[in-house]
Amino acid sequence: MGEFRMPALGADMVEGTLTEWLVKPGDVVAKGAVIAVIETSKSDIEVEVFEAGTVTRLLAEPGDVLPVGAPLAVIGEAVESAPVESAPAESAAVQSAEVAAAPAAETVSAATEPPASTVPAAVEAPPPGAGVAPLPVRTEVDASAQATRPAGPPHLEAGPLVRHLAHERGIDLATVHGTGRGGRVTRADVEQLPPPGNGIRIRATPYARRLAAELRVELATVHGTGRDGAIRAADVRGASARRHEEEAVRYPAAHKKAPERRGTDRTPQAAPAPTVTAGRPAQGGASGRRTAAMRRAIAELMSRSKREVPHYYLSTTIDLTAATQWLHRANRDRAPGERLVPAALLLAATARAAREVPELNGFWQEDAFVPADAVHLAVAVSLRGGGLLTPVIHDADRLSPQDLMARLKDLVQRARRGRLRASELSGGTLTVSNLGDQGVESVLGVIHPPQVALAGFGAVVERPWAYDGMLGVRPVVTATLSGDHRATDGAVGARFLTAVDRLLQNPEGLAS
Amino acid sequence: MNNVSNASGVSKQTKLTYREALRAALRDALAADERVFLMGEDVGKYGGAFGVSLGLVEEFGTERVRDTPLSESAFTGMGIGAAIAGLRPIVEIMTVNFSMLALDQILNNAATLRHMSNGQLSVPLVIRMTTGAGRQLAAQHSHSLEGWYAHIPGIRVLAPATLRDARAMLAPALADPDPVIIFEHGSLYNLAGELDGGEGPVDLTSAAVRRSGTDVTLITYGGSLPKTLAAADLLAADGIEAEVIDLRSLRPLDDATIMASVARTHRAVVVDEAWRTGSLAAEITARITEQAFYELDAPVGRVCSAEVPIPYAGHLEEAALPQAAGIAAAAREAVGGHG
Repeated sequence: MGEFRMPALGADMVEGTLTEWLVKPGDVVAKGAVIAVIETSKSDIEVEVFEAGTVTRLLAEPGDVLPVGAPLAVIGEAVESAPVESAPAESAAVQSAEVAAAPAAETVSAATEPPASTVPAAVEAPPPGAGVAPLPVRTEVDASAQATRPAGPPHLEAGPLVRHLAHERGIDLATVHGTGRGGRVTRADVEQLPPPGNGIRIRATPYARRLAAELRVELATVHGTGRDGAIRAADVRGASARRHEEEAVRYPAAHKKAPERRGTDRTPQAAPAPTVTAGRPAQGGASGRRTAAMRRAIAELMSRSKREVPHYYLSTTIDLTAATQWLHRANRDRAPGERLVPAALLLAATARAAREVPELNGFWQEDAFVPADAVHLAVAVSLRGGGLLTPVIHDADRLSPQDLMARLKDLVQRARRGRLRASELSGGTLTVSNLGDQGVESVLGVIHPPQVALAGFGAVVERPWAYDGMLGVRPVVTATLSGDHRATDGAVGARFLTAVDRLLQNPEGLAS
Repeated sequence: MNNVSNASGVSKQTKLTYREALRAALRDALAADERVFLMGEDVGKYGGAFGVSLGLVEEFGTERVRDTPLSESAFTGMGIGAAIAGLRPIVEIMTVNFSMLALDQILNNAATLRHMSNGQLSVPLVIRMTTGAGRQLAAQHSHSLEGWYAHIPGIRVLAPATLRDARAMLAPALADPDPVIIFEHGSLYNLAGELDGGEGPVDLTSAAVRRSGTDVTLITYGGSLPKTLAAADLLAADGIEAEVIDLRSLRPLDDATIMASVARTHRAVVVDEAWRTGSLAAEITARITEQAFYELDAPVGRVCSAEVPIPYAGHLEEAALPQAAGIAAAAREAVGGHG
């Protein structure tokens, strides 16, 4: 018995639109069944239920926009009862159940009394195999239903008004401590309780909320130090800094163990992430809204970057003769689908250069640079319908070009199908934008705050190249760096680009 | 009315008072353009109720510096007519409390005629009036009603809070083809200092950052500016760096400067000598929540006058008005004790 709630499909998701119910009241659902379609700013996502049972009631209608954690449906026990009927019958059942409960509360006190002989049969589920009850059994008073199984129904001491209040507020009466006569749950007992679970609204300032979304901090995990415990920006920054410290420990392990396991590397406090099973084919209106929402998100972030981050730009043209020859040799024995492209080497060189120049690998926070403990490359991926995602290759500096290639392919494919996991969109320490496949020669990118740099690569092109006093034709690429001048000066950026160049001259070193 | 304090002729030195700066601006305007004339109660022989126009009637004659009967509605209406007819009148209304008698002329005629005549008429009128409390002039001479005028489309509302603005705002106000109201806060007349930034022109649209800071933005105007700067000094002693914005123009408001500052400090306190309810402070607070909500790390604070008729008794008057200590306390509240 439980509630199916709006899932958090990404660290920055605060609300979702219920697009479609795939079940109706009375349906028996198995654990893992897809029961609803939720639209987020990124895509339509089919969402699974995490417990088996009967859909007792739908609490939301398609089109409803609801915050993460809002109850969407009540899932009852999987009893073989008649399906829940239409509204009139249902309310009749409530009434009869409540009427029956009232005298029972007066007369019956022993919570352990066996079920068969007790009065309030109407509030209990029928024993399995007892046949179909004449009226559908009311299971939405969580307490009674939960308490009935398996041994038998201990009676709950609560009058109809209290049951009604508890139901209205979504409170499980079995969890309420009764202070009335004989342990009865009184109206005051219910009224003084906060709404359950995620229904509790987190007190946080607007700026703290914005910052939490940007830094991908779960507000529920942050301790507020403001007035009445409100979470303020400083609290979020503190939590973010602590998380970076923890990630340094957690990521390598999580990565080695089960990189493909879903939802395993989320913060422990977060609700289990529902499995994202399919990106649905875009429906005109929904995809249009989603594109617009993504556009707004990009606009906001990029405007903020250009408003707050004083960018400097450096560029250098790198001779890729050695790299191209190495790729040629490496691909000789590979099947066409497994061949490496220059981007793999460029990513490998970038990640290693970031390790060499840690001043560019980290975050600008609270007017100071906070270096990251690992190199997590965020890779800009343009989406076909417009827009942009930056999935993250964690610990990229420890991956071979082959591994990077595989990760890149996988991420790009899934990004374009809307099937990225939340953990794959967070934690980037440096962004790489490669527009070479679009035919441009150089990319002067906008930094993704709070990161402090962005590396850009253009197309690998053949150009006249003077070498050793001779002119020849060589494959070259233009590498650029956008740097946050608050965090570093041009000399640091230059050191980075020089390192990228040097690393690319020795591709064997990258592969080893 | 109150005494004319130690106002003498315009000082030839760079050091001068707010009053002298206003007078110098009037003299310049009268000398520069024959269409300009000053009128109001006691502006001529008496030199103005607050001594601003002292000596000007001797210098420019009674045609250009005209004493009027005690009828704000009549002489403000005359000013509107003269402006439509091609002159550039400067009307002095003794205090903003008395301007209520002229509100019909200002709102129903001055502010509307351009629109109602489909642009055929314009009213290039400047109205100067004293506003504010702090001088024990009691409840009929002390209120701060700038916000009422800032409510009205069709007029520009200015609040010079510095010597430089007192000296330089009049000329561009006269050049404006539409009505401009200039509020002179009574507590500033004796403010003395040097003109920094010379005597060049100023704009009438932008707010000014009078002090830079990183922790909280204090937004104020007019007579509250010195108190707010004093509060910023108190805060600095606690390690809280307050940014102080002088609005200068109350209509239109310079949203951009306010929002840019809030985006830096993430906290704002509005200091407004008017009553809190329905005030400019309320308007600015609303704009911040509209335009900079996601920058806010604390509720926007407000420091306003107590909602009472301004008392006569000195200690009560002081208690009713925003003071540096109260402003600093509101700023600390916003910062949350974590400077």
